[in-house]
Amino acid sequence: MSAQSRSAAIVGIHEYPSRDVEGRVTPLQIKAESAARALDDAGLTWRDVDAIYDAGEAGPMSGFMISEYFGLKPNVIDTTNVGGSSYEYHAAHAARDIAAGKAKVALLTYGSTAHSNMARIGVGGRGGAALSPGDNMEIFTGMTLVANYAMVARRHMHQYGTTSEQLAEISTATRYHAMRNPQAVQAMKDLEFLDIRETTIADVVNSRMIADPLHLLECCMISDGGGAVVIAAPDVARNCRKQPVWILGSGEATKYPENGGDITTSAAAQSAPQAFGQAGIRPAEIDIAMIYDSFSITVLTLLEDLGFCPKGEGGRWVEGGRLRFDRKDGPALNTDGGGLSSNHPGMRGIFLLIEAARQLRGESTSQVAGARLAVAHGNGGMLGSRHCAGTIILGRD
Amino acid sequence: MADANRPLPSLNEADTGAFWEATRDKVLRYQKCDDCGTVVFHPRRHCTGCTSGNLSWHTASGKGTLYTFSVVRQSYHPFFRGKVPYAIAWVDLDEGPRLLTNITGVTDPATELTCGQRVTVDWEEHEELNIPLFRPA
Repeated sequence: MSAQSRSAAIVGIHEYPSRDVEGRVTPLQIKAESAARALDDAGLTWRDVDAIYDAGEAGPMSGFMISEYFGLKPNVIDTTNVGGSSYEYHAAHAARDIAAGKAKVALLTYGSTAHSNMARIGVGGRGGAALSPGDNMEIFTGMTLVANYAMVARRHMHQYGTTSEQLAEISTATRYHAMRNPQAVQAMKDLEFLDIRETTIADVVNSRMIADPLHLLECCMISDGGGAVVIAAPDVARNCRKQPVWILGSGEATKYPENGGDITTSAAAQSAPQAFGQAGIRPAEIDIAMIYDSFSITVLTLLEDLGFCPKGEGGRWVEGGRLRFDRKDGPALNTDGGGLSSNHPGMRGIFLLIEAARQLRGESTSQVAGARLAVAHGNGGMLGSRHCAGTIILGRD
Repeated sequence: MADANRPLPSLNEADTGAFWEATRDKVLRYQKCDDCGTVVFHPRRHCTGCTSGNLSWHTASGKGTLYTFSVVRQSYHPFFRGKVPYAIAWVDLDEGPRLLTNITGVTDPATELTCGQRVTVDWEEHEELNIPLFRPA
């Protein structure tokens, strides 16, 4: 391994356990409780935090609102919101701010009651006031979130011969991991999943079509939930309770509809080379792939764009279950069960960091023996139109 | 209860309102830069290819190619829930612009549509403007 900058590390994590809070707690309360537990995990306190990163999902003007709610007076305040990839951006920015000497301990939090609110994220259609010029061109079409991603899958099939059976590999691998994670099993029970068990390729392709060619079991759940991540400078990290999980590289990028553009390539094709280049490693060295699984096609596209296989070969590459944690011939995918089968309250990016950290500490319920390197890749917005990509490379000592 | 009509674009939106104004006459317009030739779509005030920004409106033929599509089978939208299954698509106009639309004129979109097939504009009439849907050519 080449010489790497190890100037900031994840030192505290917490995933809020409930996926159905039945209206008993608010997103702000989920954030605060998660923050306290993550600080406990690190052996730090509120007073150690001097940098806040917040996507504003629990309320507007969160730069001061969240600081007041937590009771903090941070020196660094970053309210970047790029949808589900916000937390990879927050981690990247925290690492930069810490390396620049602007902060010592950064706190990232997330809270959502999307399930309790009955937010019909995937199939709600788009209506109401037009928000942007782009929206004003598309508002009449009845676009759903699922259809947006389905159009990527359709084009991928047309261009490269990808099949529904190949896409189903993503769903079966994440469910395989979910069944080993008691929190994921409880989540599926609380959200009233039918027939909670390991799934087969046939189960996935025979499930109900939501938006061709995506089936029900290729779509993520809509849960409640949240979590927190604490990132610290090396001198702090060395004295924390758990072993540090170093941020080795980061990359950011955006993509939007372009005349003549290729919908099968995402912004990850731009963010991944930045992150891998900074970390000085290759995708083949990655043990753990925490990749935003809003839908099966998201992961297939991102595996290609991250460089695990050439563009268009993702379908053949994932065949045969190589993404399972107990296989040697591929990275372990979403070992917590992912958004497909464990936790998706709308913006899943923070859980990618949390499970990657668990793996590099040796704490996962689907632990890869000796895992050393992980990638966490968030895709925020919509894969088939406008989105942001955030890639984070993580490594242990 | 939201009304069960198709949601319509705003004629007053600063960048795209002029596009929708032209649809009253069933004219499908797009912008092109006089200086660098870049096709700009969605419409806006500045050229994305150069900083001179001399954009002119041009009229598209209404002919194009189906780039990709999906068939929506579940929607909670008060209008579209009554339309399922319906086809949503990205269409590449021959002149360059790519626009999001619905495909009409097919009875089973899941089996009758394929990426790459030719399509032509099929205006859906409304009072203040018209909507450019597309059907197989």
